[in-house]
Amino acid sequence: MSGSKKEAYRPKIHTGSLLDDVHVQSKTLDDIGVEILPLHTGGTVHAKRIGGSFRTFKWLVASFWLLLFVGPYIRWDGSQAILWDLGNRQFHIFALTVLPQDIWMLAMILLFFALLLAASTAIAGRVWCGYFCFHTVWVDVFTWLEEKIEGKPGKRIKLDAEPMSFTKFKVKLPKHIIWLLIAFMTGFSFVAYFTDAFQLWARLLHFQLAYYETIIILVLAGLTYLTAGFMREQVCMGFCPYSRIQGAMTDTETVMPTYDRDRGEPRGRQRRAKPGEEVPVLGDCIDCRMCVDVCPTGVDIRLGQQFGCITCGLCIDACDEIMEKVNKPKGLIRYAAINEFAGKILPPIWRRPRVIVYSSIMIFAAAALIWGMANMAPINVTVLKERAPLYVQMSDGSIQNKYDVKVVNKTNEFMQVEVEVFGHDDLIFMADRVAEVSPGSVATIRLFVRIPRNKLDEKSTPIDVVVKDLNNKDNSDRYRSVFHGPK
Amino acid sequence: MAQHNPWPDEGNTGHIWDEDLRELDNPPPLWWMLAFYAGLIMIVFYAVYYPTVPLVDSHTKGVAGWTQIEEYKEDFEVLNKWRERTFSSQEEKLASLDVADIMKDDELRAYAVATSKVLYGDYCMACHGAGGSGNPNFPVLADDDWLWGGSVKQIEASLEKGRVGNMPAKGMMGNLNDQEIEQVADYVIGLATGESENEAYAAGKAIYNGKGLCMACHGPLGKPVAPNGATNLTGSVERFMGVPGNLQADRRASIIHTITYGVNVKKDGAYLPETRRAEMPSFKERLPDADVNIKRLAVYVHELGGGQ
Repeated sequence: MSGSKKEAYRPKIHTGSLLDDVHVQSKTLDDIGVEILPLHTGGTVHAKRIGGSFRTFKWLVASFWLLLFVGPYIRWDGSQAILWDLGNRQFHIFALTVLPQDIWMLAMILLFFALLLAASTAIAGRVWCGYFCFHTVWVDVFTWLEEKIEGKPGKRIKLDAEPMSFTKFKVKLPKHIIWLLIAFMTGFSFVAYFTDAFQLWARLLHFQLAYYETIIILVLAGLTYLTAGFMREQVCMGFCPYSRIQGAMTDTETVMPTYDRDRGEPRGRQRRAKPGEEVPVLGDCIDCRMCVDVCPTGVDIRLGQQFGCITCGLCIDACDEIMEKVNKPKGLIRYAAINEFAGKILPPIWRRPRVIVYSSIMIFAAAALIWGMANMAPINVTVLKERAPLYVQMSDGSIQNKYDVKVVNKTNEFMQVEVEVFGHDDLIFMADRVAEVSPGSVATIRLFVRIPRNKLDEKSTPIDVVVKDLNNKDNSDRYRSVFHGPK
Repeated sequence: MAQHNPWPDEGNTGHIWDEDLRELDNPPPLWWMLAFYAGLIMIVFYAVYYPTVPLVDSHTKGVAGWTQIEEYKEDFEVLNKWRERTFSSQEEKLASLDVADIMKDDELRAYAVATSKVLYGDYCMACHGAGGSGNPNFPVLADDDWLWGGSVKQIEASLEKGRVGNMPAKGMMGNLNDQEIEQVADYVIGLATGESENEAYAAGKAIYNGKGLCMACHGPLGKPVAPNGATNLTGSVERFMGVPGNLQADRRASIIHTITYGVNVKKDGAYLPETRRAEMPSFKERLPDADVNIKRLAVYVHELGGGQ
């Protein structure tokens, strides 16, 4: 073992990690802090549900997801407003129709949201996980229903412990039926974005769903039922990669729900001192464990920021409520950055390098997207040059090249397209037809170009193929290709 | 690895690195073991069901009699059935319509071209090259110079009947001497370069139109009056290049060779070893489904770039 490595094993080296404050001279698993990897292994987490400002905020944000169920039924110009028509390779978003040629814009959308995720994490931790993630929202709704049907956590824990009986079955059944219903609607609504929603209902009611539709709906419904109903916080901890990489996405300036250790410790119940007895000096934390009881992932926030914490803020609601009752200032658990506790002043958001880098990439993606949408050409032309043979000697002494001109019509009108070729004074061209291109489809026009051999100076001459729509002169596109000849 | 084991009761294997990193000996989970046993059962099933064990000169056949090539053939059959179903209307039109009418239908023409590529590769490309680019002494199909006519009907006829070139050696009557042959060759070059009226070629021109009777097939101006298999001498496209054994020989030597030994000239029932060979077989018997495929290929060849 090298000397420097030995150094690291010396106690009291400040590395900035949570383990700094843990006794590390003994090296049993318990002592090196395994218990603070808060995998909840004690069965289902039955969290208490209490009111509060974060609770209200969560419901407000979560209600966005109602749009998922409504979306497929919105109409625009007589057809489905949002339709990912894979069969016809067209994506309809209200008035916008995106063809595969413009799919790069999808990459921009993904880039924008990936960076939005990074930026929001850098500023305020896992706001996505805590408030917006569909898994969090679905679990929240599922457990809310559970409480409505089966009662408060204590009652549920008791019920779970009971052996299966007819009474237990009777209590549990409605919950599972409603869960399955929501799960089914989730899968169904997802599929409805890929085909006409009303026709999908009609096919469903006549038992005429295509096999792949049935499979996708059932798989999604099954996964929703399984993950939101049973896996719950295990999905966040065991499956989701985001919880594992967040350590790299936050820093000491990121505000996250944090327990104010200096104010709270030593924790304990405040007792009235008997005469003559010395009153122990305690911190503000009365060790009521409300913060743990309300946590949907079952972690103890007082151990510090940890990967099990989805920063949903429910422990803040709980602690504030208790602090109010014991007449102490709120905010024992609050959104705060590590630097705040170290007494440093947080710089303004726009002066933080991460935020600057993330937001400039976001601005780039957004600008590219806006540019792309504003400049989406109504017509797209690609010219494929025949390579076997590269050129042909014709009997009149000219050289002929052959091309396939592919014309994509991105509008909703029929196009009659004509080909013209420029690039050489003595060039003549023959296109085999004026092609009619129906909306959203591709036509191929065969094109021959001839240049007299004695007029050719170069092995290859650049030429421009211009395609015009005869019905609408504004629709035209140009493609730079090349004319080959013998030297 | 440490010799001393500070955790004797933990169930570790005694393998300890870096002071505290140790290997435990926990049993695999039940589900894992079940999957493992299921895998073992699967192996037995697989070995019995499929061809598995190699023998000295063969292998066990498996109870199902499954072979890869059979599965491939079955899948291919499925694909063919799908093609038949999907393109039945186009195929019916190809079979019933005249090849000239196929040309008039943009969609059908495109379909014929798209479905000909494999056929062309299998039956035509060996001689005529990829995309009709030709090979030395095998005609280019992508140009506009046709020995037997470049309309789609004429191309169809060439495919159906085959074509055999025919040019007597040393002029129509076989009576040209070496000097006369050279004079005709010079005149033929003049025809191609557009200088045939030059005084220098007068002798050759006289032989071309007189003693040699070349104009009978090649036409009085070097261009056959109607397609008859004779080369158009006025164009830039050369029918034969080089001489046997030397493809790089110049144009004059090539023309002299052609005139001296002719095309497909036989002596005592056998071809002269030096004669030019030009023969395309009939594809009526060679092609599968010749009725449809000859039309298909005629359209394809016509569309290569020189169809008239």
